[in-house]
Amino acid sequence: MLSGRLFSYEASSRSGGPPVSLVITLENVSKSFGGRTVLNGMSLDVPDGLNTVIIGGSGAGKSVTLKLIVGLLEPDAGRVVVDGEDVQALDRDQLAALRGRIGYVFQFAALFDSMTVAENIRLGLVKRGYAEDVIRQRIQESLAVVDLSGTDDKLPAELSGGMRKRVGIARAIALKPHYILYDEPTTGLDPVTAAVMDQLIIRTRDLGVTGLVVTHDMRSAFTVGNRVALLYQGAIRQAGTVDEIRRSDDPVVRQFIEGRPGPALVQPAVRRSAG
Amino acid sequence: MFSHAATGENFIAHVGRRSMDAGRALADVRTWLPLLLTQMRRLGVDSVPIALFIAVFTGIVLSLLSSYIFTGTVPLYFVGALVGKTIMMELGPVLTGMALAGRVGASIAAELGTMKVTEQVDALETLAYDRYAYLVVPRVLAATLMFPVVTAFAMAVGVTSGWMTAINLLDLSSPDFFKGLKLFYQFKDIWFGLVKSASFGLAVALMGCLRGLAAQGGAQGVGDSTTRAVVLGCEAILVLDAFWALVLL
Repeated sequence: MLSGRLFSYEASSRSGGPPVSLVITLENVSKSFGGRTVLNGMSLDVPDGLNTVIIGGSGAGKSVTLKLIVGLLEPDAGRVVVDGEDVQALDRDQLAALRGRIGYVFQFAALFDSMTVAENIRLGLVKRGYAEDVIRQRIQESLAVVDLSGTDDKLPAELSGGMRKRVGIARAIALKPHYILYDEPTTGLDPVTAAVMDQLIIRTRDLGVTGLVVTHDMRSAFTVGNRVALLYQGAIRQAGTVDEIRRSDDPVVRQFIEGRPGPALVQPAVRRSAG
Repeated sequence: MFSHAATGENFIAHVGRRSMDAGRALADVRTWLPLLLTQMRRLGVDSVPIALFIAVFTGIVLSLLSSYIFTGTVPLYFVGALVGKTIMMELGPVLTGMALAGRVGASIAAELGTMKVTEQVDALETLAYDRYAYLVVPRVLAATLMFPVVTAFAMAVGVTSGWMTAINLLDLSSPDFFKGLKLFYQFKDIWFGLVKSASFGLAVALMGCLRGLAAQGGAQGVGDSTTRAVVLGCEAILVLDAFWALVLL
């Protein structure tokens, strides 16, 4: 199995590229639910200022990885380090401060359905204690970025799936985070709306936000990703640039990116723990 | 033996963590205070009609029932005593509590359960909110504060409907009804009922919140949590009812 640590500072230096500072690092992370092992010694480095994409089958542990990074879940073993801080060692206040630097776009947007679009975006800004005029300005700015100006007073139920996901992005970028974690941003969207989402993710990266995207949509992964990693059987099977992944001769990687049926990927990366 | 000790340690650690969660959430006043009034209206004010509906018919039935029991054996003005004592000390708080366990407990569990399975609770955490401070504390405080208010209205309406029934259907005069009502009345009757109802509110809202936040899966998981919250809320009311009778009477 190839290492998932191709994003490391050393690797970038060896390849002759500019040094890349690491901002999110997962070190030998394992996570089980009941008797099911989802992550099994996973290691991954996420470099600053780029979009890193984790691809993998359904149930491979992609969303679990994102939740470990923001401390919504705790690893059974290993470490998750963000900005040099071990996430599991943080107390509640420190964790809240860390979450203030991370935006999270949920698979189904996870908008608060009793609140309007503007109130959804406002909530995080209020928590950070911004003045009312700043809050109003941020709401308008973030809605403009996702091309949803004028939807302030709509309820999530009045929006299409694509619009809800864009509001999810607006809610995240309104906080001006250092990082945004995208959980299956194009799942369930028509091709045109999916392409719009991809452009938004690229636009957000160009604003200086480091992105970590999990998806099984290969077209989206190759469009938005600077780096791509395949999560397979609880660990990173291969990680590299988009071209490296496209040229990979690993049969598992090839099968996944070509979308061929076969035994290797039929079973999700979930196994019974020994004992 | 070892496993029992380990289980005990795990339980103590769990209780310790939950206590710390609760303490931290209560201290986060800036988060829960702005939400408290809304929850007091939703859980309390909006529950008044169902509580009063129950109280009206409870008063009617108690009046008729006591008349049926007392006729020929006990002076009829004891109807006032029985209606007053029973509604203020027992049926007012307990029936109101049961009704609100259904309305409030189910509402809280379904709302929070849906938020949980649609990742809205996780979204709240990623926005740096404490789920307990934002979701649990305002609901539990609102229910604890508002159950006694709703119960007080129910007591007044229940006694009034018992009185109306007595003077219209039982050939009992108002002075006789109030003579009976005052016969065994103590101020403790009222505060005993209100203290009980505050504890019912706390228990019902807490069960709703905890079961809602423990919901898993989809619609079925939310349904299961909601059912469980109502059942646990009703059970808690009966246990607390016996507890207060032992402690305060």
